[in-house]
Amino acid sequence: MTTTLWIILAGALATYLTRIGGHLVLSRFDRIHPRLEAALNAVPAAVLTTLVAPAAMQGGVPELAALVVAGLAALRGGMLAIFLSGAATLILLRFVLGA
Amino acid sequence: MIPPRPSPSNLDEFVRGLRRSVPINVAIFPFGLLYGALAVDNGLTATDAMLMSATVYAGASQLVGIELFGQKVAPWLIVLSIFAVNFRHVLYSAVLGRRTRGWSPLGRAFGFFFVTDAQFAEVERRSDEGKPITPAWYAGLALPVYLAWVAEAGAGAYFGRLVADPHAIGLDFLLPIYFLGLVMEFRGRRLWLPIVAASAAAAILAERFIGSPWHVTIGAVAGIAVAVVLTPSAPAGQDSGEAAR
Repeated sequence: MTTTLWIILAGALATYLTRIGGHLVLSRFDRIHPRLEAALNAVPAAVLTTLVAPAAMQGGVPELAALVVAGLAALRGGMLAIFLSGAATLILLRFVLGA
Repeated sequence: MIPPRPSPSNLDEFVRGLRRSVPINVAIFPFGLLYGALAVDNGLTATDAMLMSATVYAGASQLVGIELFGQKVAPWLIVLSIFAVNFRHVLYSAVLGRRTRGWSPLGRAFGFFFVTDAQFAEVERRSDEGKPITPAWYAGLALPVYLAWVAEAGAGAYFGRLVADPHAIGLDFLLPIYFLGLVMEFRGRRLWLPIVAASAAAAILAERFIGSPWHVTIGAVAGIAVAVVLTPSAPAGQDSGEAAR
């Protein structure tokens, strides 16, 4: 076994622990306080936002415009509309602005 | 509301999951290829690159990991970095346990291996629609993404940069667009706007002053803290310590 292989397998184990750990800890509670309930309910928006915000900050005009258009498309359409409108805006503006 | 119907067969559920996997695969394929190409650049064999995709199965942490492989960093530090990038899964896992109450412990132990940002978001979306999270639906969603992710690592490793100029056709920015779409899916939930605002502000500040990947955990904690603070405590007579038992 090479070092690389060990690192990969240890990384895989560490990752698996994050995937099962939250459940194992929470399943020990028999009652969920309303505030904990609110915290769990906030998880998707709170975590997924952190994956968008820094990318938006580092982006230029095409990237920001793409996010705005995709965000508006999300109000009306599904994931395909979000993708197509966002990507089209991005490609067009990058082309026009030469960015 | 959908009128009550006989419960759908496993096959129907599996196919419904499959359908939801399509946009996920569109969003991640450039990263699967990029990861494979970079892994080889950083000294991994194609087999190792695919093995990492198959066992770690978490894109951002794999990219961080191979970056560190290239720099000859101490092995434990690479593992710790992978753990830090993936720490957000603890939160997903805590929520998913409550969405999968009918599952066996073994089913969870196996199924939760496939938890990713997108897998989690789709589960939450379906749960907001009032539909059950059946193992068949979950598998239909997870399986194509997993298989594509491993295949993309191999394709990226063998054929290098298949896409000549990912920037020109916007591939490098597909993932933020996709994640924004996911964030928007939850706008019907309580306190969505304050949560998103706090999480975005904290993530941006943390990214600038502390650095990646801590902005994810810090931003998430800020958003969740806002939800907790803005939620009234239990009705009178209930002690907040009780939940911890």
